Amino acid sequence: MNERSSHGSNVFATPATRHLLGVQGMHPSRIMPILDLAEHYALLNRSRKTPRDLLRGRTLINLFFEDSTRTRTSFELAGKRLGADVVNMTVASSSVNKGETLLDTAATLNAMHADLLVVRHAQSGAPALLAQKVQASVVNAGDGTHEHPTQALLDALTIRRHFGTFEGLTVAICGDVSHSRVARSNIHLLTALGCQVRVVGPPTLVPGAIGALGVSIHHTMEDGLRGVDVVMMLRVQRERMKGTQVPSAREYFRFYGLDNKRLALARPHALVMHPGPMNRGVEIDSRVADSDQSVIREQVEMGVAVRMAVLDLLARGGEGA
Amino acid sequence: MKPTVFENVRLIDPASNTDRPGRLLVQNGVIAGTDAPQAEGMPDGADVIDGGGQLVLCPGLVDMRVTIGEPGYEYRETVLSAARAAVAGGITTIAVLPNTSPTIDNPALARLLRARGEETGMIDILPYGALTRECAGKEMAEIGLLAEAGAIAFTDGPHAIADSRMMRQMLTYARGFNALIVQHPEDPSLARGGCATDGELATRLGLPGIPAAAEAILIARDLRLARMTGGRLHFGHVSTAEGLDLIRNAKADGLRVSCDTAPPYFDLNETVIGDFRTYAKLSPPLRTEADRRAVSAALADGTIDAIASDHMPCDADDKRQPFAVAAAGGTGLCTLLAVTLAQVHAGHLGMMEAIGLLTHRPAAVLGSKAGTLAVGEPADLCLFNPDTAWVVRAGDLPGKAQNTPFDGRALEGRVLGTWKKGVRVFGAQAA
Repeated sequence: MNERSSHGSNVFATPATRHLLGVQGMHPSRIMPILDLAEHYALLNRSRKTPRDLLRGRTLINLFFEDSTRTRTSFELAGKRLGADVVNMTVASSSVNKGETLLDTAATLNAMHADLLVVRHAQSGAPALLAQKVQASVVNAGDGTHEHPTQALLDALTIRRHFGTFEGLTVAICGDVSHSRVARSNIHLLTALGCQVRVVGPPTLVPGAIGALGVSIHHTMEDGLRGVDVVMMLRVQRERMKGTQVPSAREYFRFYGLDNKRLALARPHALVMHPGPMNRGVEIDSRVADSDQSVIREQVEMGVAVRMAVLDLLARGGEGA
Repeated sequence: MKPTVFENVRLIDPASNTDRPGRLLVQNGVIAGTDAPQAEGMPDGADVIDGGGQLVLCPGLVDMRVTIGEPGYEYRETVLSAARAAVAGGITTIAVLPNTSPTIDNPALARLLRARGEETGMIDILPYGALTRECAGKEMAEIGLLAEAGAIAFTDGPHAIADSRMMRQMLTYARGFNALIVQHPEDPSLARGGCATDGELATRLGLPGIPAAAEAILIARDLRLARMTGGRLHFGHVSTAEGLDLIRNAKADGLRVSCDTAPPYFDLNETVIGDFRTYAKLSPPLRTEADRRAVSAALADGTIDAIASDHMPCDADDKRQPFAVAAAGGTGLCTLLAVTLAQVHAGHLGMMEAIGLLTHRPAAVLGSKAGTLAVGEPADLCLFNPDTAWVVRAGDLPGKAQNTPFDGRALEGRVLGTWKKGVRVFGAQAA
């Protein structure tokens, strides 16, 4: 059974695209088929009829060097719903400190004959380093402050489901842009798809050079949210709010938190998004997070679908698509 | 020891402003004289090296900023492997940074390094003394005793003296010995945790940035302290337009200050780090194209006193890491001359100026007599063909360390022979 026959060519069919390490430079002609296939899987997920023979005999290893429950679970479900054998390896940084280098890990994984490797790492570029050394296809599940490609794809899918298009949309990405891989991947992807992207946050959390990625920079929510179609909030780590970059959580919420008053500056029916986990009362008010405009739970649902699409395309990348 | 005659060579000796065709005679390990290309007479039984009219003979190069692994990190580089890499690059004198294990903060270690250099028979080692004990920036090292033991100047190597009061004390105290202090010009608190120059590329790659201004900020502070104390100050591997402007102005004001740079800063820019290429992770980090051009211009206008290799050996395990945690530094001994000649071939720098920056000018900064073709001086010589093309290949470099930021770079200019005290130590017939 080929569930994908109606979904065009395989965008991961060439050796150069054996991995998904980032979305920077990805052309819409590669993005759209992934979203189309993910849309298809979203429907199958709801009807509980996913093709569990699709990845039978394939091994997916979730290799997480950083704590993550959501992303790991999402990938795990995606793999299992397509019939892959899924193994979770949570590699505490302590074992790396014991002398096991990333490349030792790569050699171990090669010996295990994994087909798909989903990697989360605290260092930017670590999945790319692994990808050079392993036979498996590598999916970047977030590396340092570099990229989180599947998050950007699921965000794009969520946006497309509501607006039907990306052309002419304005998206505000708000919060700790400096330390956010989600922000970078979304900037690359959404600008490639034709959105106008704004970044909003205090100057200590928005790198000046981000403007070179084709976004406009705003330092007040009032300025940044006016007339936008999508408000994408970012998580702010509590350690940033201890006086070095932001004086306090209380001050942050006062000036940069998303509440109903600020949301009213956006267009009516603007979407509220958040990659999770949320800091309620710090970057987002509970009333906004739980409002009808919030699509935060839908993002989680689309996350599984997008990851199924990516795993499917990568696992079968070499099969005469 | 048989005499050696270099015939039909282009003699370049910037110390005496010489650039002409001619002959050079070596007897008993010293330079016995130079004369015209077709001069009469030849010592009995002399070895003749014929340059065919196109080979350049210049003083053995003086590299004033080299890190070696010995003592303590011999798996990266030993004195012997560094010597082999140096002579392959035409270098016969190296000034070695003190941040080894143990640190060169006691006189016996300074003497040991000098002796280890002599044992190789290939190079002279001029050891830097640590400026502070263990290069930790807290307590002054024994500058007087280290100087007596042959320390050529004082530095904490890749660590800047962060504390202004400490730096003031160091400059003041060192003045009593007329000792030179060499500073790594980077404000440590601004650089903490960073690994690439702040800007679009670092932002895009998600790498923690170091503002380029971290260099100018420390240079500005130290120039002011040098003015206050009268101390002698040198800045290593200067890499930004702003930092160079400050030094240029200070020199114009008559301050006793000097600086060097390293080939990556005038030949490469930050884009080389591309997809997290750790061989291009250096300290200071590679800069923008505008800064690269400014460094190139400062070589030509005399602001920069020397080109040093900034050789920093790392082994594969140091570099096969995610970019932010990989070791910083690149090898530079055997590429020093050829990358400098790229500036000559591009028309940015005269041949005489280029060779001067690699020979007598760094020697003058360090107070060494090396780097000239003067009669009676030891015959430390470098013979090279300025036009031979070659490609740098990590893995094929002489010596132990292979972590070159110039991997894949096509260059023109190849060392064909190196002589130490009249003995051929690199090239065909090398001992």
